[in-house]
Amino acid sequence: MATQQTPNGYTLDTGGKRIVVDPVTRIEGHMRCEVNVDENNIIRNAVSTGTMWRGLEVILKGRDPRDAWAFVQRICGVCTGTHALTSVRAVEDALNIDIPENANSIRNIMQLSLQVHDHLVHFYHLHALDWVNPVNALKADPKATSELQQKVSPHHPKSSPGYLRDVQTRIRKFVESGQLGPFKNGYWTNPAYLLPPEADLMAVTHYLEALDFQKEIMTVRTIFGGKDTHPNWLVGGVPCAINMDGDMAAGAPITMERLNYVRGVTQRCIDFCKNVYLPDILAIGGFYKGWLYGGGLSGTSVLAYGDIPDRANDYSAGNLMMPQGAIINGDLSRVHEVDVRDPEQIQEFVPHSWYKYDDDKAGLHPWDGVTEANYVHGPGLIGTKTNIKQLDENGKYSWIKAPRWRGHAMEVGPLARYVVGYAQGHEYWTDQINSVLSTLDVPVDALFSTLGRTAARGMEAVWAAEVQMYFLDKLVANIKNGDSSTANTTSFDPKTWPAEVKGVGFTEAPRGALGHWIRIKDTKIDNYQCVVPTTWNGSPRDNEGNIGAFEASLMNTKMEVPEEPVEILRTLHSFDPCLACSTHVMSEDGEELADVKVR
Amino acid sequence: MHETFYDVMRRQGITRRSFLKYCSLAAGALGLSPAFAPQIAEAMETKPRIPVLWLHGLECTCCSESFIRSAHPLAKDVILSMISLDYDDTIMAAAGDQAEAIIEETIKKYDGNFILAVEGNAPLDEDGMYCIIAGKPFVEQLRHVAEHAKAIISWGSCASWGCVQAARPNPTRATPTHKVPNMPDKPIIKVPGCPPISEVMTAVITYMLTFEKMPSLDNQGRPKMFYSQRIHDKCYRRPHFDAGQFVEEFDDEGAKKGYCLYKVGCKGPTTYNACSTVRWNGGLSFPIQAGHPCIGCSEDGFWDKGGFYDRLTDVKGFGIEANADEIGTTAAAIVGGAAAIHAGVSVVKRIAQKGDDA
Repeated sequence: MATQQTPNGYTLDTGGKRIVVDPVTRIEGHMRCEVNVDENNIIRNAVSTGTMWRGLEVILKGRDPRDAWAFVQRICGVCTGTHALTSVRAVEDALNIDIPENANSIRNIMQLSLQVHDHLVHFYHLHALDWVNPVNALKADPKATSELQQKVSPHHPKSSPGYLRDVQTRIRKFVESGQLGPFKNGYWTNPAYLLPPEADLMAVTHYLEALDFQKEIMTVRTIFGGKDTHPNWLVGGVPCAINMDGDMAAGAPITMERLNYVRGVTQRCIDFCKNVYLPDILAIGGFYKGWLYGGGLSGTSVLAYGDIPDRANDYSAGNLMMPQGAIINGDLSRVHEVDVRDPEQIQEFVPHSWYKYDDDKAGLHPWDGVTEANYVHGPGLIGTKTNIKQLDENGKYSWIKAPRWRGHAMEVGPLARYVVGYAQGHEYWTDQINSVLSTLDVPVDALFSTLGRTAARGMEAVWAAEVQMYFLDKLVANIKNGDSSTANTTSFDPKTWPAEVKGVGFTEAPRGALGHWIRIKDTKIDNYQCVVPTTWNGSPRDNEGNIGAFEASLMNTKMEVPEEPVEILRTLHSFDPCLACSTHVMSEDGEELADVKVR
Repeated sequence: MHETFYDVMRRQGITRRSFLKYCSLAAGALGLSPAFAPQIAEAMETKPRIPVLWLHGLECTCCSESFIRSAHPLAKDVILSMISLDYDDTIMAAAGDQAEAIIEETIKKYDGNFILAVEGNAPLDEDGMYCIIAGKPFVEQLRHVAEHAKAIISWGSCASWGCVQAARPNPTRATPTHKVPNMPDKPIIKVPGCPPISEVMTAVITYMLTFEKMPSLDNQGRPKMFYSQRIHDKCYRRPHFDAGQFVEEFDDEGAKKGYCLYKVGCKGPTTYNACSTVRWNGGLSFPIQAGHPCIGCSEDGFWDKGGFYDRLTDVKGFGIEANADEIGTTAAAIVGGAAAIHAGVSVVKRIAQKGDDA
């Protein structure tokens, strides 16, 4: 059958059997995946498709730039807040607004708490069932489980045999009720599950504990942003004024009691990530360390914008506590500088996306981005436009565009960040990586895998919780020094703005590098473009035929039972896909775009 | 015959006495008084957990995220002990064919006896293919499941009103549940908000399970128990409004003292929701308490009602006892500039609907 060599080093073979997974579940948003497996059930071709599109950036045209954060925050309710933060940074960049130190600390606390929450919920509630079999947990001996628990996680107090037996009893009753709820039709007899019953019971117990605990993590954002999901933000700083002991401090947004609340939650985040989350990954990883599929682009092409500015208003690489840089061609000895303003570096392509450019082969920098929907399929489509049986990946096949860094398909996210950090000698992260590798007794190459991606997320959660405490201490110290300022409102009034400006904001969302590019004209949004993590990772092919990170990571994986997509889910989930984020659009002229839609 | 929770417990050798004790403990755990124990016992003895099929259209998953943050009851207890969440693509183990099979199995086994929960909405343009599930338009899945459901819960502002993707110019013609053409005629409970408050979401479900009926709805289809008063009506900063004490700009003296946020754009006077009473995340805070004006996220079309920092104007006097039904059609306007406000007057204002749902 037809084989094809991609410039980024993969041999695609569209022969064999085609497997379709739609919907891919336990992700944010909607996605489809198709693969070809050969006679040995090894994946030889992978096709990943974003299956939703909302057009938020079209909706932003003509709006007040100060309101943009609220619109773009609704791009995603899972990585809630990270788009809002990126947006206020873009507007502040355009209007040259400096924010107070306290605002920087509070924003960092909010962003870091998202990393902790998102990573933890991802691991336990979106990803764990790819490794953990809850039905098998019923066979566990609670006493042996208690011993396992105390061995892998000696500092977690909930480890008595009686406690674990109670959890097991509850799961048994649930299973025996015949109503399996979210566990219904799972792949519980598939040989891809490798854990002994005791490890399964421990993990299921923590699935439930984590479900209870996660609601606490985000209370930090309820304190500073008033609610969560979707807290409130402000161009020029943060909306929560500080009043420690002045007139009418009672009922002020930020008081001693509020800061104490944040401190308590932050400490519990550190404890849970250190004593439960990371140990669970190591325990589960120990049983799966022979399953090192899924590396994809992580060992060759990774990108990080960097985030968490130590001092306010300095977004240069040296001031960012999460590193910035790009690695290409697998050369970890050289970390390339990344400039989100450089029109040559970041470009988006659409030859295989359901959009059209004047020149479909062109790549456009986000400040000059154009999108016009064009829902057409290639001649190889099986089925119809409204009942797709099999996609034709030689034609257009996704609502996601294909962003490239200097022409390279890149992986972004926790593993990409850790690879860049490792290459740059980020001390804390390098120590973590070495510790995890030695605990699991695997070589550094093991990092470039599905499991490595999952482990990087766990390590990062521990780091983020500790840095959250660093910024809380910094906030308190600054207040103690007499600075209680939280917002700079000197340029809040649009009458003070120049007629035409442009700006860019970037962050590291939990899922990876995130950028927003804005043009403001006559105080209104003239152009708004987001390039988000899952656009990078879930990208379809480009003009040259390079495959994106999702597709690359699935290549050459062996499936135990092709009809049961356990391995596909396991690897796709390791990226924590967010499809509502990735499927966006921008047009220079919103009206024209609307006309295209209304047929 | 469905095996009930009571059957399962009895089979495990649990006595009836222990079972009743369990029910009273369960009542306590759910934050209900012991008087509810007999009702819980009755429900567990006679009924399987009610199946819920939770579908996702165009959305951002903020409603699901809010749901799992519920402090009382815990999401864990809702999922394990109160409902049977048989389909929810955000958390379900199965994918692809095995996931879609669950929908047909549920329809076959529980036809007319399951709840359809809708998060997000259906785009109608491009033949519905702006949101694709299993190769087909989401809107087809929505209509199909609705046809067999007992009742529908429209979670959040997407399913209730359209929300952000339906803001002008609504590029995909995103359409809320009740406006989808050829939608089967089923009772719809709207639980708006972007997202709705966690404990409001779980309370709506627990109310239906405990009292075995739909909550009373206002004429827009929202449960009166949470949406019958404006945020302004019970806002803890209301005395500052009445006293004419306002935040003039962010981080000024008024902001530090917790004055009223009306002048920096607060939409509390026109927004029906429980934020100032139930509050958020276990009653910890709400937007106004944290210093930001309400943006009105539970109101129909709130994205297209002027800027979030523009002041409400043209306020007329309405007593706080007026509910959404009584003043629902009152029109008002919004401007960004200075405007006279009348301290001491209960204000409300219903912003003119744009009416462009297309």
